[in-house]
Amino acid sequence: MQLSYILDKYKRQPENLIHILLEYQQSKDKSFISEDDVRFIAGEMSISESRIYSIISFYSLFSIKPRGKYIVQVCNDVPCHVNGALDIVRELENRLMIKMGETTSDEVFSLEYTSCIGCCDKAPAIRIGSETYGNLTASDISEIIAEFRRKYNESRE
Amino acid sequence: MRVGNELYESNKINDVNKMNEMNEILLERHIITAKCKKVDPWSIESYIELGGYEALKSALQMKPADIIREIKLSGLKGRGGAGFPTGVKMESVRNIDVNPKYLVCNADEGEPGNFKDRYLLENDPHQLLEGMIISAFATGVIKGFIYIRGEYDKAIAMMQCAVKQAKEKGFLGEMIQGKDFSFDVEVKSGAGAYICGEEFALIESIEGKAGRPRNKPPYPTMSGVYNKPTLLNNVETFSNVPYIISNGYAAFTEIGTKTSSGTRLVSLSGNVRNKGVYEVPFGISIKDIIFTLGGGIPDDRTIKMIQLGGASGPCIPASMLDLKLDYSDFSAEGLSMGSGAVIVIDDRFDVLEIVRLLIRFFKHESCGKCTPCREGIGQMLRLLYKFKTATATEGDLELLETLCNVMNQTSFCGLGQAAPTAVVSTLRYFREEYLKRIKINAVV
Repeated sequence: MQLSYILDKYKRQPENLIHILLEYQQSKDKSFISEDDVRFIAGEMSISESRIYSIISFYSLFSIKPRGKYIVQVCNDVPCHVNGALDIVRELENRLMIKMGETTSDEVFSLEYTSCIGCCDKAPAIRIGSETYGNLTASDISEIIAEFRRKYNESRE
Repeated sequence: MRVGNELYESNKINDVNKMNEMNEILLERHIITAKCKKVDPWSIESYIELGGYEALKSALQMKPADIIREIKLSGLKGRGGAGFPTGVKMESVRNIDVNPKYLVCNADEGEPGNFKDRYLLENDPHQLLEGMIISAFATGVIKGFIYIRGEYDKAIAMMQCAVKQAKEKGFLGEMIQGKDFSFDVEVKSGAGAYICGEEFALIESIEGKAGRPRNKPPYPTMSGVYNKPTLLNNVETFSNVPYIISNGYAAFTEIGTKTSSGTRLVSLSGNVRNKGVYEVPFGISIKDIIFTLGGGIPDDRTIKMIQLGGASGPCIPASMLDLKLDYSDFSAEGLSMGSGAVIVIDDRFDVLEIVRLLIRFFKHESCGKCTPCREGIGQMLRLLYKFKTATATEGDLELLETLCNVMNQTSFCGLGQAAPTAVVSTLRYFREEYLKRIKINAVV
């Protein structure tokens, strides 16, 4: 099982908790840590469940609710904002047919805001999974979304 | 549009060189970006071919105290924002008789408008590592951490690769280069928390906990990671160390001004033609950064305001363009340089809209530990909303100023202390924007 492998890799050390949770969440289709996961990890690492929740609730990359396979994160801090980030948000909402903070009904995409992703020189910028896209115009969005749909379908075949 | 190496290849540093060689000589000095674009960041051999790790070899022949002396004489100051003299920090760690000692590189670059650490991490990871190893040797540290924000996936992968390669070549590990010196580095990932750029929040996060700041003093130099003495510096600060060791402090103090030696990486963004990272000597003006290097404002618009340093930095008007990049010039104006961001906002935007966006950022990022920051930011947003909708009173203006002061004076850490900076500076330089939204004035 994926989780046991990750726990072994980090030697079940509490100081590696953030890495363990990040890697495990990334490996899951729905990009979240469930109650069952927390219980299991707490038992394996001999730490309290609240210790794990203190991490999950503090760091914004974690979620306790199921999300899409791909998290589309849009930066709307000042450098992106003044370069048209809100146009990108509108286009993403139209293309994915969801509002900010929601997940598509097929559970492939979730749409979120993110704090600055350090791509201010390519503003406006978004991040999907570990890929970053910059210098975006509304017309780029459909192509990017199509690329991830293709990737998703291929992974299902 | 995908942001990867291929896009960074065409970074504006190179474009500007070609465009304007004359200006390049005057305005840019490539010290820590000298190998960027020439070195293959995935290859230690490529770094070594360009003279990499020579500084480390020289350092290992020096006495640790002499290395610290060089750094102190160079006048290098922390590039993360606080501007504390690096050599003094190193000396404090060296002189404490507690072991083990740790070293931490703060690569949790989350300040909106800053991307220079990302640039260094992705273009010259070994230079940073070399600076860390030299610093470890000088201070008697045996274990180091590079804490990179979780959003920087590529930088994390690159640093992990660099650490592995340095171990294979004997620049990390036991008995480095045959000397009685052992040092190991671990790459740690953040998970989305701006507060972890604060030194103690970062240390808590390295220990696998929620990143909430600790009380100061004791400072990290006395009691940091696992309550042991810890040398904590920014990516840019460590990256300067190999140059100083290779060329001597005098070569470093020659660059820049009397009060600020060396270069500064400037992250230029917003409404400007050539966005990008520029390495400039201290002493050049904000005007030169925006117009000569940055090519000015697109579509012939004019500047509404410029934010310096990032979200926690001051907003200044176009009338202050002649301000020089220098620690003492900045402090004479009551400004702090922060981490070197310059964000240009053009005349299409409303000052209060931008300020509200900035304060919303802090609302999201406040860790909630202390009341002035946690509650103050919420109250600040409430007041700003009244100004935005022109329903504010004169009392609200007074309240807003008091609130800024309380947060600045009483917040537990730098986040809450600096969060009101955009409000304070716009109240100072763009006061009419607030006054015209006070209800009485609106009615008249």
